[in-house]
Amino acid sequence: MSFTQITRLAAACALAGCAFAASAADLLIRNAEVHTVSSAGKLAKADVLVRDGKIAAVGTALQAPSGATIVEANGKPLTPGLFAGLTAIGIEEVSGEASTVDEYLKLNAPAYAMQWRPEFDVTLAYNPRSVLVPLAQTEGLTWTVIEPGSGEGGSLIAGQGAAITLDGRFDAVLEGSRSMFVAIGNDSLALAGSSRAGQYMLLDQAVREARSTAPLGDRSLLLPTGREVLARYLKGGRFVFDVDRAADIRQVLAFSRRYGIKPVIASGTEAWVVADELARADVPVLIDPLANLPGSFDTIGARLDNAALLARAGVRVGFTQLLSDKSHNARKIRQVAGSAVAHGLPWDAALAGLTSVPAEIFGVAGSRGHIAVGQVADLVLWTGDPLEVTTLAQQVWIGGNAISMRSRQTELRDRYLEKLNRGAAR
Amino acid sequence: MGTAMDSSKPLIAACFAAALAACAAQPPQAPQSAPPMQPRARISYPSTYQPATAAPVVIRNATILTGTGERLNGADLVIADGRIAAIGANATAPANARVIDANGRWVTPGLIDVHSHLGVYPSPSVDAHADGNEMTAPVTANVWAEHGIWPQDPGFQTALEGGVTTLQILPGSANLVGGRGVTLKNVPAASYQAMKFPGAMHGLKMACGENPKRVYGSKSQAPSTRMGNVAGYRQAFADAQEYQRTWQKYERDLAAYEKKKGTDPKAEPPSEPKRDLKLETLSEALDGKILVHIHCYRADEMQVMLDLADEFGFKIAAFHHGVEAYKIANRLAEKQVCGALWADWWGFKMESFDGIPENLAMVDRPAGGCAIVHSDSEEGIQRLNQEAAKGMARGNAIGLTISEEHAIQWVTMNAAKALGIADRTGSLEVGKMADVVIWNRDPFSVYALTEQVFIDGVLMFDRAQPARPRSDFMLGQPGGSAP
Repeated sequence: MSFTQITRLAAACALAGCAFAASAADLLIRNAEVHTVSSAGKLAKADVLVRDGKIAAVGTALQAPSGATIVEANGKPLTPGLFAGLTAIGIEEVSGEASTVDEYLKLNAPAYAMQWRPEFDVTLAYNPRSVLVPLAQTEGLTWTVIEPGSGEGGSLIAGQGAAITLDGRFDAVLEGSRSMFVAIGNDSLALAGSSRAGQYMLLDQAVREARSTAPLGDRSLLLPTGREVLARYLKGGRFVFDVDRAADIRQVLAFSRRYGIKPVIASGTEAWVVADELARADVPVLIDPLANLPGSFDTIGARLDNAALLARAGVRVGFTQLLSDKSHNARKIRQVAGSAVAHGLPWDAALAGLTSVPAEIFGVAGSRGHIAVGQVADLVLWTGDPLEVTTLAQQVWIGGNAISMRSRQTELRDRYLEKLNRGAAR
Repeated sequence: MGTAMDSSKPLIAACFAAALAACAAQPPQAPQSAPPMQPRARISYPSTYQPATAAPVVIRNATILTGTGERLNGADLVIADGRIAAIGANATAPANARVIDANGRWVTPGLIDVHSHLGVYPSPSVDAHADGNEMTAPVTANVWAEHGIWPQDPGFQTALEGGVTTLQILPGSANLVGGRGVTLKNVPAASYQAMKFPGAMHGLKMACGENPKRVYGSKSQAPSTRMGNVAGYRQAFADAQEYQRTWQKYERDLAAYEKKKGTDPKAEPPSEPKRDLKLETLSEALDGKILVHIHCYRADEMQVMLDLADEFGFKIAAFHHGVEAYKIANRLAEKQVCGALWADWWGFKMESFDGIPENLAMVDRPAGGCAIVHSDSEEGIQRLNQEAAKGMARGNAIGLTISEEHAIQWVTMNAAKALGIADRTGSLEVGKMADVVIWNRDPFSVYALTEQVFIDGVLMFDRAQPARPRSDFMLGQPGGSAP
C-alpha cells in the first residue's frame, strides 16, 4: 500500500467516525492472513470481526453488522498488536535531559546507609501525552512494560513497573501485570559493596526484613511501606531480574526457589548456557538476540543463536532491547525478532516472542497477545512479513479504534518532504 | 605501502603543490616559486597491510548489485590477483579459478562503515578499554584514533560476518576536534598498521552541539555553549592558518638560502619551525589532505559548519549522525556533502529529537544527494544492509522509489567516496579491489546472512567453515560469539 493509500485509509476512517477518541465502531477486517498466535495458528484468508473494542469472531465469510467499518486486507498479514519490550515509553521523553526522565529513583544514599525502596512505582510517572506513544502506535506497538531502572545512586531493587496499553489513555496500567524489577550483575556491583556476593547478601536481608514483623533496626534496608510492598510480592508476585551471567542466573533461580517467587529473566545474554535449568523451572526470558558481543565480563558467552537455543530447550522466549534505544527506537524490536529467526528460531516462535509470550509473562494473556474471541482488539495489518525490515504497519487498531497513523515524525517528514519536492530543503 | 597521505610531514609543501588553490583562505601573498619537496617528507606509522595471494575465483550466476547503481541478474564475477577481473554474463575466468555456484545468491561490494569506534571502544567495554575520547582539551587534533586501536576487539570479526570489509575508526565526539580517524581493511592483524588501508587519507573528527559543550561546560571550561563551540573551531583554524604562514616563510627562506649558499659563504640556513602536531593536523585538513568528518545533528548547526568551512576554505566530506539532514537535503547536495546517517535513531538527546526514519531517503533524493548508512555502533555495523533496507522501505512508502541497486550504494560506493577511496573499492568494477560479499539471499532482508566475504580477493569469512575466534581475547573463553 502506498503512502497515499494509507492516507486515504486514515481519512476514510475519520469519515466513518472511527477516530481515535471516539468509542469503537464495529469493524470487519476481511481477507487477511491472520496470525492468531494461538492453537488456531495461521489462517490464510480469514476475517476478524471487532465489536465494542473486542474481537467478536475470527473465521471466513463473516458478515459485517450494519454500520460496521469494513477493511479489505487483500491477504496481508494481520497480527496481534505487538509488545514494545521493556521500555521507558511515557516515562522518558529525551534520554539526555534529566528533567524529562522518570525511570530511575536516585536517592544517592552512601553504601553504609543504603536504603531500598521497593515501594517506588514508576507507573505513577507515566505520561500518555508523550510523543513516543503515537510513534509506537504507528509502528504497530500497542503495549509495553515500563520498567524502573537501577543505576548509580539507586538500589538493586529498582522498584515496580507494569504493562500499559499504548492507546493513549491516562490510566493505562493493565491489571495483573505489576512486577518488581531487580538488577543483578556487572552494572549493580557499586550498589552492593562492589561484590556480586554482596548483591545476594543484601537481597536476602531485604527479604528477611520484609517477612519479619519485628521492629526495624537502625541499619534496615527497608522502610515500613517498602516492607509491606515487598512482603506482598513475596507472596507469589512477579520479579523481573535484569541478569546476564550464567552463574548469576543460577543464583537467581536458587533465590527464587528459596523464597517461592516467580522470576522472569530479562537481558539473559548467557541464558543459553543454563537453558535446561530455565526450562525445568519454567522460567521465561526476555532477551535481545542482537547481543552477540562480550560487552562486559558478564556476557562473554553472548551469541546470536541465544533465542534459538533457549527455545529448543523448551524455554519461553520473549524479546526486549538491550543494545538500541529501547524506548525511542522501540520499533526496532521487530528487527530483533527477525534476527532471531535468521539465527535459527522458528518464525512462529519469534512472533510469539512479540505477542503471546510477553502477554503470558506479565499476566495479560487473557486480553492481549492473541487474535481470538474475547481479546482486546489490538490489531496490526502489515504491508508484508511483520518481522521483515522492509515491512511497515499499514493500519493499527487499539481497542478496536483505528489509530490515525500520524506522529510527530510523520508531521516533520511531511513538512520537509514538501520543501524537498520544491528543491527548498535548505 | 603507505603514501604521502599518511605523512605527518609539514604541510606547506603540499599547499604549494596545490598551486595555492587549497590555501585560498590565506591573505594574498606575492607569488612564490614552489620550493623543492623537502626530503623530510616521511611516512609515519605506515600501512604494513599486504593481502595474501589467493587463487582466482569465479562466482557464477548470482544476482549482483554492483555498487554503481546497477543490478545484474544471473551474472558472474571473476576475482584474480586480488582485483575484480571481470563482471557480467558468462564472464571468462582463468582456468585455475575456483568456481562458486551462486545460483539464488546475491553479491555486493564489501560494505563500508564510515563511522566506527571498534578498537578504540572495544568489547568488553571495561574502563581500561576506553581509548576513544581524549577528553582533556576541546581541541585534540594532535591525537590519532589509530594509536588507540586494539586489534583484538572481537567486534572486528562480527562486523566482518556482517559483510564489512572497510571501516573508518574515528575518535569520539567529546571534543570540538577529536583527532584523526583512520581507514582500515577488516583483516585479522596483531597491529593496526597491518589493517591500515593503503593510501587512504586520514579523517578529521569534529563535533558540533551538545557533547563538547557538556563535557567542557561541566568543568567550567570553554566551550559551555554552542557559541563557545564555534569560537573554538574558528580559533583553532585561525591558529592553523598562522602555522601555515610560519612554514611558508620557512620554506621561502630555505629556498633563498639554497640559492645563495654557493655564492655567499656567510649565508645561514633558516632554523626549522617547531612542529605542532595539533596545528599540523588542522593544516592538512585545510589543504584537503585530511578529510573532514563532522558529528552534527541539527540542520542549523550543519549550516553553521558549512559557513565555517567556507570561512577557512576547507571541504566537509560528511556530516555524521545528521538526524536533521533531511531539512537541508537540497543544500547538502549542492555543497556535495554526504550525510552519514542512522536509519532510525532519535530522541536520546535533545539535538536528536527531530530524527525521522525517512532521513536517508530524503537526503538521497536531490540530484547529487549523498546518503550513507553509518553505524557508530558495534551492533549496527553488523547489519548495515538491514539499516539501508529500512531507509529504502521508508523512502518507498513516501513515493521516493528507491531500488535495491540504488540503496546498496549507501553502504558501499557513497561511503567509499566520503573516505576518498572510491577509486579503489566500494563497487564491483574491473580493476578495483576484490572486496566482495556473497549473501544467501536478498541482502535487503532481516533474514539475509553473509555466506562468504572476500577482502582483496582473499576469503576472510566463510559461514560454512567456522574458524576459531580471530580475537585473541576470545580464545579459550567458554561459548561466545565466534562460530
